[in-house]
Amino acid sequence: MATITVFINNHPYACDASTSVAGAIAQATHQLGATRQSVHGMPRTMLCGMGICFECRVTINGNAHQLACQTPVEAGMHITYWEGADA
Amino acid sequence: MSHAHVIIIGGGIVGSACAHRLAATGWRVTLIERDTIGSGATAAGMGQVVALDDSPAEFALTADSQRRWHALGQANPLVHEYTPCGTIWVASDDEELAMAAAKVPNYHAAGLHAELLDAAALYRHEPNLRPGLPGGLRIAGDAVVYPSRSAAWLWQQTGGTLIHAEVSALHAGGVTLGDGRHLSADAVVLATGSRARDLVPALPIRPKKGHLVITDRYPDFIHHQVAEMGYVKNAHLTDVDSVAFNVQPRATGQILIGSCRQYDIHTPEVDPVMLGQMLQRCLEFMPALATLSSIRVWTGYRAATPDGQPLIGPHPHQPGLWLATGHEGLGITTSLGTADLLAALMNHTPPAIDPTPYLPSRFFSAT
Repeated sequence: MATITVFINNHPYACDASTSVAGAIAQATHQLGATRQSVHGMPRTMLCGMGICFECRVTINGNAHQLACQTPVEAGMHITYWEGADA
Repeated sequence: MSHAHVIIIGGGIVGSACAHRLAATGWRVTLIERDTIGSGATAAGMGQVVALDDSPAEFALTADSQRRWHALGQANPLVHEYTPCGTIWVASDDEELAMAAAKVPNYHAAGLHAELLDAAALYRHEPNLRPGLPGGLRIAGDAVVYPSRSAAWLWQQTGGTLIHAEVSALHAGGVTLGDGRHLSADAVVLATGSRARDLVPALPIRPKKGHLVITDRYPDFIHHQVAEMGYVKNAHLTDVDSVAFNVQPRATGQILIGSCRQYDIHTPEVDPVMLGQMLQRCLEFMPALATLSSIRVWTGYRAATPDGQPLIGPHPHQPGLWLATGHEGLGITTSLGTADLLAALMNHTPPAIDPTPYLPSRFFSAT
């Protein structure tokens, strides 16, 4: 299994090259915590895993609102998500 | 001041604004709307308030209306989502920049702000424009509103009677509803936009279909309504399908992306070929749009007239029938000026601007 390095909230993380950004975040954090805030400040996280619910939006390489569950990881990718107010 | 009764057909921004103005000048107002207040083209459009100097008639009405929106919006910015972001007209070559420069004195003569931008100033305002553009024209008094909410608010101020119904026919002294009921009034105002011919088939109105795209929230991606100088040339003056770069920042941080125009398409589906051409045109001016996520696409119909000016005033051959339609892509802007003109004509009081260019009689032969 090939392993690559991505940067999740600026921390390097070695992950399976065949996983999605959502998978990489879940593996890196060992949980499914909130990954973004709603317009009114409520926590949101990935839900459907198939590109329908749009709840897994993260910033990838500076582009906001990318679907983590639909985006394969790439070596050197910078992934930024919301870690919560007290993270 | 009269206490006469007027029936207004159509609760879009134009009908609602006319109701507001007529109620304020003493009329008892009944509004007939088949869907909801502020639906139809009012909900489908961008909601831009823009002063356009492409003809004296267009400039008089849009400049007057821009001032009225400023007063209305400043008094209640949250209701109208009034955002005085201004417009930047982007010149794509030196010839268009010269055209932009020639417009500045027109705006100043009308008492409006206008500022020629060189390339450096253009990119300072809107860094996401593609490199190599020579400059543009900034009109700071232009604004963005949420027209459906404005229509609802204008109607609420009237204290009038709202009837949810379809009008099946006009008759002398009133209207007939779809369920056969007759309603009588001293005057009837037809404000049904591109559907005006359903009730008055001889009107010179053609529906002009448009598509719009809205993105997810990207605050600060653009700061003004940004459109190409060729917009009017591409959008208004031809009979063939056309696209033009025109993007708008919403108060939510979302970006509205337009625009395109198609005559004689009477079905509302999204046309992927037209949509593709429209987005391609926009990417030519603002390549970074390609990095944004769009969340919805929809269509709507403008009410186009042969000379590009609306129909405001009495129907020349049907006494008691007044027209307020044919506003093409400028109905949000010109709704407030239209309402003032129509009320002045109906009340026999002096209008703020010369009503002649908009009178429906220009399209009817004298009999």
